[in-house]
This record gives sequence, structure tokens and C-alpha cells, in this order.
Amino acid sequence: MLLEANGVVSVRGERTLFNGLNLAVEPGQLWQVQGPNGAGKSSFLRILAGLLPAQAGQVHFRGQSIADVSSQYHSELLFIGHKAGIKPELTAIENLEFYAAIQGHPLTAPPYELLEQLGLVGLEDIPAQRLSAGQQRRIALARLWLNSASLWILDEPFTSLDVSGIDLLHQRFQQHLASGGAVILTSHQALNDLPVQVHTLALEYQFE
Amino acid sequence: MTPAVSIRTHMKALIQRDLRVAMRQRSDLLNPIIFLLVVVTLFPLGVGPEMNMLARIAPGVIWVSALLSALLGLERLFRDDFRDGALEQMLLMPLAVEWAVLAKIAVHWLLTAVPLLVLAPLLALLLNLPGEAWGALWLSLLLGTPVLSSIGAVGVALTVSLNKGGALLSLLLLPLLIPLLIFATAAVETAANGLSPAGPLALMGAITVLAVVLSPYAVHAALRVSVN
Amino acid sequence: MWRWLHPYAKPEATYRLNQKLLPWFAVPGILLLVIGMVWALLFAPADYQQGESYRIIFVHVPAAFWSMGFYMGMAIAALSAVVWQIRTAEWAILAIAPIGAVLTFISLFTGAVWGKPMWGTWWEWDARLTAQLILFFLYLGVLALYAAFEDERTGAKAAGILTLIGTVNIPIIHYSVYWWNTLHQQSTISKAITRLEKPSMAPEMLWPLVVCIFAFMLVASALVLLRLNNEILKREVRRPWAQAELLEEKH
Repeated sequence: MLLEANGVVSVRGERTLFNGLNLAVEPGQLWQVQGPNGAGKSSFLRILAGLLPAQAGQVHFRGQSIADVSSQYHSELLFIGHKAGIKPELTAIENLEFYAAIQGHPLTAPPYELLEQLGLVGLEDIPAQRLSAGQQRRIALARLWLNSASLWILDEPFTSLDVSGIDLLHQRFQQHLASGGAVILTSHQALNDLPVQVHTLALEYQFE
Repeated sequence: MTPAVSIRTHMKALIQRDLRVAMRQRSDLLNPIIFLLVVVTLFPLGVGPEMNMLARIAPGVIWVSALLSALLGLERLFRDDFRDGALEQMLLMPLAVEWAVLAKIAVHWLLTAVPLLVLAPLLALLLNLPGEAWGALWLSLLLGTPVLSSIGAVGVALTVSLNKGGALLSLLLLPLLIPLLIFATAAVETAANGLSPAGPLALMGAITVLAVVLSPYAVHAALRVSVN
Repeated sequence: MWRWLHPYAKPEATYRLNQKLLPWFAVPGILLLVIGMVWALLFAPADYQQGESYRIIFVHVPAAFWSMGFYMGMAIAALSAVVWQIRTAEWAILAIAPIGAVLTFISLFTGAVWGKPMWGTWWEWDARLTAQLILFFLYLGVLALYAAFEDERTGAKAAGILTLIGTVNIPIIHYSVYWWNTLHQQSTISKAITRLEKPSMAPEMLWPLVVCIFAFMLVASALVLLRLNNEILKREVRRPWAQAELLEEKH
């Protein structure tokens, strides 16, 4: 078992988002967390990543509480949230250099091949803030090619991506799953095109 | 398997990135320093240009102005990182967050204190601070600015999610910085009177060590509340 | 360990405990306050130097004494809130803070009023008064930080962290302010106050003062308990136990 959540409870303000969520992620699995707006999908992902404390319940990584092994957990985790952590003042390459360095795969040369694949070639000297939302998203997602984390937690990774971008991401997911990794993501799109089995966890809006 | 990445590599990467970002927004760095210069200029205009009086109030004026100008630039410590998500990624780095916080504080210190240390002789000159006290002023700024950066980091971490800006931050931080102000001005004053400023400077040194060592823990706790 | 308890079990228990404790603070508190005030204002002798005006210490000293005491109480609540994530402790911080701030304000105000006949000025930068003023700012900071957050829980947690930072700072602030005061000039008159507050003061003045100090503690604690219970009811209003409680009070 890679990641296991037991009886996770989240209360935001006075409203209970979810009460007693369970999730068990095995290597090679892709999980989609579904639910309407406000059901707590992002909160759930943030609890799984250890960014947000749960009101009750536990999250275990390889059988150990994530609070106890947070360093090890975070070295094997790649989390890309709503706000992707791309510095708008820096170029694509500078942003990626930083993340590659802290993920233990420092770039020896600019990753032109990857940028080409992602359609970012020719834009490498432009600060990210002057690129489109979709291009900025691509910079953030380029991190998926530059690390060896076993668990990816991605909040709405397909947002503002075009068809070719989505396609590229699907391929990368497949590779990752085949090599024993796991993915947990939220998405409003159905993942029908994805040629792997999609496990789903549905959250419902709680009216207290 | 993910290769182990040392604390040093992480801190180095963070410092490098933040310095790069700062160099792309140079005006943000310059404005607090210009503000400081303008405020110090206001005092002779406000209280009269009598040289002896200026010399007497110089330590207090320089330090109070330095405190106020430090508050101006403080928010950038975490505000942008909070907006673009870099702060979340920092909390998810596979090292104790305290080290990352220390790197952020170090960058902030480099970017705000070094210009201040360069400018200090000019301020001393403008306010007719006696020559014997210049060294003490410089040392007091050298010892005191890390306290500004590290206590300031706690305040910013607490308020970063609020978008309320400076007034609240000042209310939280200025009372906590009073001991620093007292010892710093005392050091400069004793030196101006021809005595050794070693006593107050030693007290400042103790405060500096305490602030730099403890504040990363407080910042971490505060960020966990803010990034929410 | 509290974290593993059912998240809603605690507030009700705290509420019940407070209900039981309240009369034990309120009744003796009000009694002692009446006794202490009558004793202090009508029966204690006038001071041979300051005449009648010294009587303000019977308000000033208890308020000043407990302004610091309640900050420490707030610090303990903050520690429980930050370290063990106890929800009622978060509320306790906010129940204590305004009471402590008012006590600090009373001590400052009475200090100023007392200063007029003593020093001939409303405000003297005496070490005590200055330290009290900074303590007042610390209280205001905690209250302002809490008020700035939309989400009460986040606000309470942030206020708790700020309280703890203030707690670490208070000894340093005190030391520095006293040090600053001796560095500049020593006010000769302020020694007169010190003389009055020392246990060496005449027993017929000391005893009513002791009664007043106790009375202030009891009354202020009763107010804190009331505020805390109010807060618990407000936060738990949708829980069955709180609704039953409210209905009962109506009848």
C-alpha cells in the first residue's frame, strides 16, 4: 500500500466538508477524486499531501503516518496545486532548474528536448508571467518529467491545457503508472480517453 | 528511488531563486531605502537644523526610521510566494521547513540590510552624528537587522493570507521590536558620549541569536496556519 | 492525545465545568470587591505623604498585577491550542484577551490619574507605565490579528502563535524598558510608589489591598468563564446539547 487514508474528517469554518473519507492507493493506480464545487476535493488533496491538518483520521504513507515520516514522504511526493508554484518573474528554464535541484535531479543542461515536447521552445527566455495560462500550466507540469517521485497529487492538472497538452499528460501518466508510480488527481473532465483503469472516489456536497 | 538531497542544496537553490526574482523587481528593493533617506531628511526640517540637537537625536531618528522602512518591504518575504503557490511547495520540500525559512530570512537580510549598511554613513553625516559613534551605529545595524528580518518573517507569516497590508503588521511587530530599538540607540548614544558601547551591543547580540534561532519555528507554525 | 478524542466531546464538558465553577468565582469575587473597596476607600488611613490620592492604588495595583497574570493565562491557553490543537483553548485565548486588555487599560488610566497629583503630569515615562503601555499594545495586537481573519479558527490559531511570541518577548521587553529607564533619568518620585507597593507598607493599607487583588482576580476570572461559555454556545449552537441548553435557559 502506497498511501492510505482512514476516516479523514475536514471541517472548514463551521461546515463539515467530509466525514470519514477512506482511500487506499496501490502502486500503479490512478485515482480521480470527483465531486461538485465546494465538496472539498482540494482540501482532501491538501490533507493527503500534509499541507492541511485533518480534524480527525490518519494518512499513512507506506504504512507510516505522514506526520512521522514527512521528510521521506515529501521526497517521494510531487504535489501540484491550484497555484502551481511557478515564479512569474522567472523563465521556464529558471523555474524548472529550481525544482529539479530540490528534487535531487539537478539539470546539467537546459532541458530543450522536454521543452520542445511541451511546446515551450522559443519561449525559454521569457518570464513566465508573460506566457499564457496554458503555457504556464505546461511549465508546472514539466516537473512531472524531471523527478522520480512515486506519488503524484495533482489538483486539476488539465485546466487550461489544450488537446495536445492533455494527450501528452495522458502518456506521461501511463509511463508513470507502468513504472510502479501512482497518481491522485481531481478533474472536472471525465478521463475516458485515458487508456488505463481509473479508480474514482466521489465526494458529495454536505449540507450539514 | 529519489536521491537524497542535502539541506545545503535546498537552501542554495532557494537562495539562488529568490535572489534572481528580487533582481527582476529592483524597484521594490530600492523604495524602502529611498523612503528611509527621505524620512531622515524630514527631521532637520521638522525640528530645526541646530547641529547639537541633531547629533543628540540622531541615534533614535536613524533607528526609528530604519524600523519603519524595514516594515515597508517586509511583506514581500512571503506575499508573492503565497500568491503563486511557491509557499506551498516550500512546505512540501523534503527537509525541515525551518531550514527553508532560514534561507528566506537570509535572502531578505541580504536584500534589505546590505543597502542599509551602505547608506548608514550618509545618514550619520546628515544628522551630524559624532565620528566616535559611527562604528557603533554600523555595528548596531549589523547586529539588529537580522532581528528585523527574522521577527518580521513571523509577522508576515501570520498575516500573509490576509491582504490587509502594513498597518496590522506594524501593530503586531513594533511592540516586539522595542527592546531592539532600546539597546541599539543606547549603543550609539554611549559611543557618542565617548564610552564603550560593548554592553548594549552584547545585549543586542544575545537578542539576535535568540531571534534567529527561534523565529524559524514560529514562522513554520504560522505558515501552517496561513497556508490553509 | 486530545486530538484523537471525538472533536465535539470536549466543548460540552468544558461548558459544564465552567457552569459549575462560575458561582465559585462570581459570588466571592463580588463580595470581596465590595468589602475591599469599602475598606480601602472609607476605612484605610490616609497616607502621610500623599494624603487621600494614594487610594487609587487599590484599583491600580490589582489591575496592573492581573494584567500580566491574565496574559500568562492566555499564554497557557495558547500553548494548549497550538501544541495540542484543543478547540476550547483557542476560544479561551479570545475569552481572556479583552479582559486582560481592559485590566491593562485600567492600570494605565489610573496610573495617569495618579500621576497628576504625584508628578504634576498625566504621563511620566516611568519604567512601569511604559512596560504596561507595551503590554497594552501586545493585547491590542492579539485582538487585531484575530479580528482580521474571516475564519475564526484560523484567527484564533494565529492569535495563539502571536501570544506565545509575546510571552517569550515580555521578559526581554521588561528588562530592556527598566534598563532604558535607569540609563536615562531616574524619577525620584517613582520611588515613592515603590515604597507604597512594597510589603513594608502599613498593614492597615496592605490588607485592603490584598483583598482587592483577590477580588479583581475572582471577578475577572468569572467574566472570562462567562465569555468562554458564551463562545462555546455560539460555536456549538447547532449541536443538540447546546440547543437543549439554550431552551432550558429560556424557561
